[in-house]
Amino acid sequence: MATPLVVSDVAKSFTMHLRDGVTLPVVAGVSFSIRAGECAVLGGPSGAGKSSILKMLYGNYAVDEGQIIVQHGGGLIDLASASPRTVLSVRRHTIGYVSQFLRTVPRVSALDVVAEPLVERGEDRDSARAKARSLLQQLNLPEKLWALPPATFSGGEQQRVNIARGFITEHPILLLDEPTASLDARNRDVVVELIAAKKAAGVALLGIFHDLDVRDAAADRVIDVTAFAAGKIAA
Amino acid sequence: MTDEPLLRVSALSKFYGSRVGCENVTFDLWPGEVLAVVGESGSGKTTLLNCLSTRLLPSSGTASYRMRDGQWRELYRMSEAERRFLMRTDWGFVHQNPADGLRMTVSAGANVGERLMAVGDRHYGKIRATAVDWLSRVEIDEDRIDDEPRAFSGGMRQRLQIARNLVTGPRLVFMDEPTGGLDVSVQARLLDLLRGLVTDLGLAAIVVTHDLAVARLLSQRMMVMKDGRVVESGLTDRVLDDPRAPYTQLLVSSILQV
Repeated sequence: MATPLVVSDVAKSFTMHLRDGVTLPVVAGVSFSIRAGECAVLGGPSGAGKSSILKMLYGNYAVDEGQIIVQHGGGLIDLASASPRTVLSVRRHTIGYVSQFLRTVPRVSALDVVAEPLVERGEDRDSARAKARSLLQQLNLPEKLWALPPATFSGGEQQRVNIARGFITEHPILLLDEPTASLDARNRDVVVELIAAKKAAGVALLGIFHDLDVRDAAADRVIDVTAFAAGKIAA
Repeated sequence: MTDEPLLRVSALSKFYGSRVGCENVTFDLWPGEVLAVVGESGSGKTTLLNCLSTRLLPSSGTASYRMRDGQWRELYRMSEAERRFLMRTDWGFVHQNPADGLRMTVSAGANVGERLMAVGDRHYGKIRATAVDWLSRVEIDEDRIDDEPRAFSGGMRQRLQIARNLVTGPRLVFMDEPTGGLDVSVQARLLDLLRGLVTDLGLAAIVVTHDLAVARLLSQRMMVMKDGRVVESGLTDRVLDDPRAPYTQLLVSSILQV
């Protein structure tokens, strides 16, 4: 089976120049791969570096060492050393990301926030909006909210907009950073269904789920992040 | 996205006597890409912008621009007339103070129409219709078309300046603190408008700002300047979420949380 994402020996630390240059090691020796059609979960306690790993895979955090090999545009690229332009192209076409919080833009409607990734990939606005509508419906977001900017929505409503935005595209790799944290049981089940549909479509998923029910329902295996604790390798 | 950049800048430096304006700046800009240049006052970002837009000649270094016909031209070797033509047609420059980019004593419609005439448009009805269209795109009511910008609020003036710059369909727009000096609510509206226009028109833009939130909202790529030098550059969200240079960390940690 295809393996669109291979992470090998990745290390990350933060150097705090405002604190006399103290270095905070986060993770080291991170190595794993994700196959097409599976959902893996990063496991471990808070502070173990789960989110940092996800952010490195999205190019949002710089990588100190190691490689992140991604199947992109018919070839393989190393995201850890890719140019900003390549990272942008990877985000547009290959790696999708559902963040924990929605970063809202003033005056853009929820519907267009969801449709935007498709429009960016060249789909026409009407068909992108139609797909956005059906996803928001599936996620039980009241129709009267669709035309409003999500800035004033509740946490759960914003998260559903965020999920719809992340799931609308056909990225072959999808990263999920606690997508169900502020959802009720009914909507958690919808997210589990959406994940199952992605798996069936051959998408490689990697997520962080603190919710055990969701994790058990969605995940094929758990990658234990404590094994990559930075101190362990150094010692 | 095409595979060729629009602008190539190499080792650009500008000295004012022995003082450094900007030093050894190198980057490429691709079509449709928005680059933010951030840093505090005196960091050299405006000097850089003025050199790139050829309002100022650098002390050393090169900048090449890919013209509409695909030819690469070295900006600082062009004649003054050629540069002015480029500035009027293929480029835009949005000043922090709208009064610097507008003609304050002619009507709003004429401010927009003037750029069209500069590229050879002569049909009055067409020019007026285009002006009306652009005023509506920047959310200025049609019935204000014959008013002078003197009678406009700061936010309206700035929107008019943007319309004046974009009406000729430029491929590259320089912006110097486009939201500086505006109320926060007016700023949000302008930013949203700019963001929409840049995406819809596929513009490349170089935006100088000291406001990191503006940079985050508008740009994909960012350069951080200090004392005339680029201390850090990369994807905007990477630079802001994982700042590496001491100065960038200071900038990011100085943002007030609302």
